[in-house]
Amino acid sequence: MIHQYKLNGFNIVLDTCSGSVHSVDGVAYDIISMYKDESEDKIVAKILEKYADTPDVTEGEVRLCIEDIRALERAGKLFSDDPYEGLATDYKNNSKVIKALCLHIAHTCNLNCSYCFASQGKYQGERALMSYEVGKRAFDFLIENSGSRRNLEVDFFGGEPLLNWDVVKRLVAYARSVEKEKGKNFRFTLTTNGVLIDDDVIDFVNREMSNVVLSLDGRREIHDHFRRDYAGNGSYDTIVPKFKRLVDARGGRGYYMRGTFTHNNTDFTNDLFHMADLGFTELSMEPVVCPPNDPYALVDEDLPVLFEQYEILAKEMLRRKKEGKPITFYHYMLDLKNGPCIYKRITGCGSGTEYMAVTPFGELYPCHQFVGDEKYRLGDIWTGVTNIAAQNEFRSCNAYSRPECKECWARLYCSGGCAANSYHATGSIGGVYEYGCKLFKKRIECAIMMQVAEATENDNADT
Amino acid sequence: MNRIKTIETRDIACSVKNGGCGECQTSCQSACKTSCGVANQQCENDNK
Repeated sequence: MIHQYKLNGFNIVLDTCSGSVHSVDGVAYDIISMYKDESEDKIVAKILEKYADTPDVTEGEVRLCIEDIRALERAGKLFSDDPYEGLATDYKNNSKVIKALCLHIAHTCNLNCSYCFASQGKYQGERALMSYEVGKRAFDFLIENSGSRRNLEVDFFGGEPLLNWDVVKRLVAYARSVEKEKGKNFRFTLTTNGVLIDDDVIDFVNREMSNVVLSLDGRREIHDHFRRDYAGNGSYDTIVPKFKRLVDARGGRGYYMRGTFTHNNTDFTNDLFHMADLGFTELSMEPVVCPPNDPYALVDEDLPVLFEQYEILAKEMLRRKKEGKPITFYHYMLDLKNGPCIYKRITGCGSGTEYMAVTPFGELYPCHQFVGDEKYRLGDIWTGVTNIAAQNEFRSCNAYSRPECKECWARLYCSGGCAANSYHATGSIGGVYEYGCKLFKKRIECAIMMQVAEATENDNADT
Repeated sequence: MNRIKTIETRDIACSVKNGGCGECQTSCQSACKTSCGVANQQCENDNK
């Protein structure tokens, strides 16, 4: 399978199963689009007719281009077959390792954001803080179930994890005290709204956390529309100076400014550029997750606007990079040479199998977005997974488990997508959240275009 | 190939043999937490 598209002046051809990316001229683009359906002579005739006014498009040139396409096909870089489907099921059935936990360190929050998927941190339940004992057992559970995996990830999540900060610090100290003896390397992430950031938090986070996710929606009026305290005051002016101090002191370690866009700010690139103007360079912006009848839910009419926004972002990022002032957008970070292997690309996000969420009470859920949904409670950190039927549903999720994905060119970029999004959109984790797919595919097209643009520029610089 | 420029990419088919170590980051843990993607994850296999 291939995918062809035109963007920012480039004609791009992706070969789905080899991962090959080709930047072609208009003639080759047209030939490739006909290659599987027409005879060589017919292709030649059609191209010569279309390009009659272009002197260098001769019959010999066209036949040479067709031969080049054949060579790429023989080399497995165009129209390659897909031999991977069986691998996904085998790999997931044979791997019983858990390597990442999302620790719900606090089911409570000091902000009252109306769009919060976690109902202001409570996840449809009672307010609660995770005790040190529960957290420690969660780490032991992770170590016990991690097999030979060395790199283990723990995200301190909420609600707002800084409302239980002392427990976070004690748990990190515990993990550090055992990781060497257990042959593990813990990587911590803190996801915070920033309200309680102080010097102690900055010092500890920048020493211990390999990543920190800082929630900021962008422009003050956009951010403060949803992200308010219980008195109704916007949080922008409180948190932005704190985020700046934390990032300035971080010394180049990983972080993300993480925003959410809704129907209210479909011009979300202005929020990303606002973050850049504030001095933040590592940026992430996600579509809101909410019921379709919410007034701020994204609607079909927003799609063309959002597509254009993603294109604007890609072009602006290329421009800023050329000027020596690059910014990073999470979804545009593609490393075509050293990216993920085929197993990563086909086995899905890992929710419910290698990745789970732990509540303050020690319950296990497939991921943070299923917490509170009794049907998907997998078990707990003392007895492990007992809801095998639910886990098997997640184990069966992969890049081929949905019929629509088998026909989709982007399946090895998304691996079947987010199970929670599918569930919320269709009522089944085996469903397809089509709206999210459309946005995802647009992002990948933009990200690959950026790679093509940079490779072209490097080539031009070399010649 | 004067009309086709192939960008250098990892040979996904080859990674059937040398991939699958599982040391890479879990997709959802990094920054998105809502819209899973795997293509932007770094490979951490030193033996690829």
